[in-house]
Amino acid sequence: MAEGLRLEEVSVALEGRVLVALDAQVAPGEVLTVMGPSGSGKSTLLAYLVGTLAPAFAARGRVILGGRDVTGLPTEARGIGILFQDDLLFPHLSVAGNLGFGLPRAPRAERRRAIAAALAEVGLEGMGGRDPDTLSGGQRARVALMRTLLARPDALLLDEPFSRLDAERRAATRSVVFATVRDRGLPVVMVTHDPEDAEAAGGCVVTV
Amino acid sequence: MIRALPALTLCAMLGPVAAGLWGAVLPALGHLPAAGFEGPSGAAIGRLAAWPGLFEASRLSVTTGVGATLASLGIVALAVGGWSGTRAFAWLQRLLSPLLSVPHAAAAFGLAFLIAPSGWLARIAAPLAGWERPPDVLVVGDPWGLALMAGMVAKEVPFLLLMALAALPQTRPRRSLLVARSLGYGRMTGWFKTVFPALYAQIRLPVYVVLAYSMSVVDVALILGPTTPPTLSVQIVRWMGDPDLSQRLLASAGAIWQLLLVGMALALWRAGEGAVARAGRAWAEGGGRRAADAALRGAGLVLGTVAAASVTVGLAILALWSVAGLWSYPDLWPEGLTGRSWARHADGVAAGARQTFLVAAIATAIALALTIGCLEAEHRRGRAMGAGAAWLLYLPLLMPQTAFLPGLQSFLLSAGADIGLGPVVAAHLVFVLPYVFLSLGDPWRAWDARYATVAAALGAGPGRTLWAVRLPMLMGPVLTAAAVGVAVSVGQYLPTLLIGGGRVATLTTEAVALASGGDRRAIGVYALAQTAAALLPFALALLVPAIAFRNRRGLHG
Amino acid sequence: MRSLFRLAALLAVPGAALAAPDPGDWEAVLAEARGQTVYWHAWGGSTATNDFIAWIGDRVQEEYGVTLEQVKLTDTADAVTRVLSEKQAGRDADGAVDLIWINGENFVSMKGADLLWGPWAEAIPNRSLVAEDEIVTTDFGTSVDGLESPWAKAQFVFMYDSRDAEPLPSIAALGRWAADNPGRFTFPQPPDFLGVTFLKQALVSLAEDPAVLQDPASEHDVEAVTAPLWAWLEDLTPNLWRGGAAYPASGPAQFQLVTDDEIDIAPSLSPSEASTAIANFQLPETVRTFVPEGGTIGNASFVAIPYNSGSKAGAMVVANALLSPEAQLRAQDPDVLGYGTVLDMEALPEAAAQAFADLDLGVATLPPEALGAVRPEPHASWSDAIEAGWIERYATD
Repeated sequence: MAEGLRLEEVSVALEGRVLVALDAQVAPGEVLTVMGPSGSGKSTLLAYLVGTLAPAFAARGRVILGGRDVTGLPTEARGIGILFQDDLLFPHLSVAGNLGFGLPRAPRAERRRAIAAALAEVGLEGMGGRDPDTLSGGQRARVALMRTLLARPDALLLDEPFSRLDAERRAATRSVVFATVRDRGLPVVMVTHDPEDAEAAGGCVVTV
Repeated sequence: MIRALPALTLCAMLGPVAAGLWGAVLPALGHLPAAGFEGPSGAAIGRLAAWPGLFEASRLSVTTGVGATLASLGIVALAVGGWSGTRAFAWLQRLLSPLLSVPHAAAAFGLAFLIAPSGWLARIAAPLAGWERPPDVLVVGDPWGLALMAGMVAKEVPFLLLMALAALPQTRPRRSLLVARSLGYGRMTGWFKTVFPALYAQIRLPVYVVLAYSMSVVDVALILGPTTPPTLSVQIVRWMGDPDLSQRLLASAGAIWQLLLVGMALALWRAGEGAVARAGRAWAEGGGRRAADAALRGAGLVLGTVAAASVTVGLAILALWSVAGLWSYPDLWPEGLTGRSWARHADGVAAGARQTFLVAAIATAIALALTIGCLEAEHRRGRAMGAGAAWLLYLPLLMPQTAFLPGLQSFLLSAGADIGLGPVVAAHLVFVLPYVFLSLGDPWRAWDARYATVAAALGAGPGRTLWAVRLPMLMGPVLTAAAVGVAVSVGQYLPTLLIGGGRVATLTTEAVALASGGDRRAIGVYALAQTAAALLPFALALLVPAIAFRNRRGLHG
Repeated sequence: MRSLFRLAALLAVPGAALAAPDPGDWEAVLAEARGQTVYWHAWGGSTATNDFIAWIGDRVQEEYGVTLEQVKLTDTADAVTRVLSEKQAGRDADGAVDLIWINGENFVSMKGADLLWGPWAEAIPNRSLVAEDEIVTTDFGTSVDGLESPWAKAQFVFMYDSRDAEPLPSIAALGRWAADNPGRFTFPQPPDFLGVTFLKQALVSLAEDPAVLQDPASEHDVEAVTAPLWAWLEDLTPNLWRGGAAYPASGPAQFQLVTDDEIDIAPSLSPSEASTAIANFQLPETVRTFVPEGGTIGNASFVAIPYNSGSKAGAMVVANALLSPEAQLRAQDPDVLGYGTVLDMEALPEAAAQAFADLDLGVATLPPEALGAVRPEPHASWSDAIEAGWIERYATD
């Protein structure tokens, strides 16, 4: 089975104590939700998957993405995108600059078209020149999503992605995110402590 | 490559110190073959012990050093304890912060022009006191070193204040103070009982730096210190400069003695900390609610303001002298203003400024590259520097300059690498590097590393993440660290003098050389130029990001 | 430990000596000098001197293509130490110092340690214009031997502010005046050159038999010879400015004290220094000079070339330029420097001699006849003795 994201007997331990252990298969377009109280090692799991685990942790298992073993690869070579609860837009770049950062090399006109199309897709036409700090929280979350997707990842990780948004925007942003990743057939791993997130995602739920 | 940087940085910082100490140990043991002394022997130590001024010079170093440190720490504690969070404090902080970068020599000149018996303060008092002639009192160069201490305090208060303010949030002062006050403690008493102990623990190393530096400072002691005898450090530099080569044995023995003296003072200070802590605990647990709160608060504000004003007004008087025509006692203002002094010294100032910036720019660039390299290596390894490394950072600052610079000169000469800019830059780097590191370290580590994760997840390698994300986002702190580096380099007197062999004439060495001539106009011009050289980079560090990121609200804190 | 000492000694390997220029072949010297940079280590505490050196730099650049860089010292001994360290380290070529403004103790010290190149000073062209007297052939009792070239003459005088003081007839009278006017007299702190010269002047005036001072001190009972000086200082010191607890750092530093009306009388090394300082607003116009009866000691300022200079030809060109009538006239002008010329008026072309005669020496400068006889400097060993004696008595408690 070459499709999707496979977490093969993954376990992460700190000083001999196992924080999280998981064996799972996430099909394209499917969301695996990892739930648990804070401090339960959810974010450690994401750090492991994205390749930024601190050396103090000991990890075992393998991560297979689209049939490719990415376990030992540096973050930038894994093809795994990540969205945090903060949008983390680069404050020194414009909105278009942030989107362009994720875009693979291409002729300038093509890049411009891709950026404009991405903005249009999430209802932010013509906002490319704006300072990200002048956008609303929901708008920023959408820019962050498109920035991640423009890098054409093979999988997506979501780290409490909606917890900073107010209730109204949360629902809207959530549906945009899930619809978009489903459209693109991306396997998604989401960690959250919000049952509503899990419900909206509709996939398997693992509690750690 | 980047993994080797921390080791390289340590070498750049500690190598010259080690070489300098080694270069002092041999002659101190009586071994200086070129002068006909074959060691080891006790000759140098014997001669040092026989020097009649030894006790007095050593006493001066200790009393002025410890006195200046105690006073600076006291003023900072009173000001922060009594006023932090108030509008008066914000005002005081604005007044003191820029003074951090004013070179020691310039501040000392300003103070001298202010407090000398023919100085500006005496001129204000003259009509009231009926002083037709300047009073014949020994104010600048007094045998107790009070003027020297005042000069050091005026410069060290801004330093300790900034260090204290940087450390303050970690001590959670608001909560502790709220608890204390709700238990009926006065603001000052409550602060000293609850916040100060934690704060002091955070700024202990900077306090040690102030102590070591105050005990061994040369340029300020030349300008404000006594001369009969001078402080130990000044005497060591004199011996170094004596045409009689055998005096170098004495200088080297003096350098080692200076090192021991600073070491003992630090040890005593440390022991004093313990005693004060015990007494303080008893006091804190004793339940006293108010200890002259109002008076202490007032003292904090007044002393802090006086420290700031003495440097600011002193610089203003320097500026006035630099454009003064005839200006005799007891006139408050010169009879006329003229650009003659500036025109006269324009060439010299320009040449001095060129050398100053050349040395400062190279030293700062190297320091920044090493610092960023180390911090980046730390980030990529995912492991923070240990407490031991922090001590190593402070080590060159805790080492008295007069203990290792004379030896470093001899060492470089032996290595045949003594002449020119390179060795001077290397000597400056010893002092520039720690300050740049200390300045950049906190903001660098405080940067949200998730940005790096995001960038990497978007396909950017570590290099691109560094250059395209982290450095631009940290442009402000990086430029501030650069400004700190330049200011530190601009202020260096002894390394430039001893290692440059006179061929590297910076604004600082030129200004201090003028001190012996007593030409107030020339001193005014050079000291002002020196101050401007140190302040300009700070102005740029504020201006450049403001312009580059004028449309980026997220970077405007 | 011993092997480490040996290692340190190994580091001091002597370098190769370069062929030195021959001052007798001046054309060759000029050719070699073109393009050289001469680092002139000179005391940098006086703006007037620095300006004069810059002017000389322009002249030699223009006429001979020699670049002159003044290295401004707080103390001439720094340059001496520099050369000593270089010798110690085996840097025997292209050292940091090409030319030193030097005399007295520093010269004796460098000559004694074989740190000077030469002889050359008597072979440079303008030397023929110099008035050959004892002041230029011996420096503090030590024979010059062509190792340094004179460029200015100095004679000890006292400056006084005529509003507050009168000329005094003798050193003893100065002591009495100070007792009547406590705090109004001081001198630069030895080992400052002027400060030591003041002590020597006092010794020459007070010693029972000044003639012994021409011999090395070791040939006499130093305690006995200097006893009158110490007795006089013992009375004087409490009456000095600041009660003798502090002293100005240098000669020019006294100007500020006179201008601020902190002192009324101060020693000076140069008869016209006061006039120059008045012209530069550094002294009030009421300052005049006097010499005590019986004359005062005098000496010359020299330039010397270290043995390891890499620009010896250029340094000689500078030394020669310093002896040109044009430079000497400029140096003597009180508006510029006010240093006494070392040239022999009779050896000069008529127009040049006339220019010297026409020079206005300034309000505070005594005419040559009023300066009286120049008394020779004591042998350098006496300087050492009284300098050390003074420091021990007054600068170490």
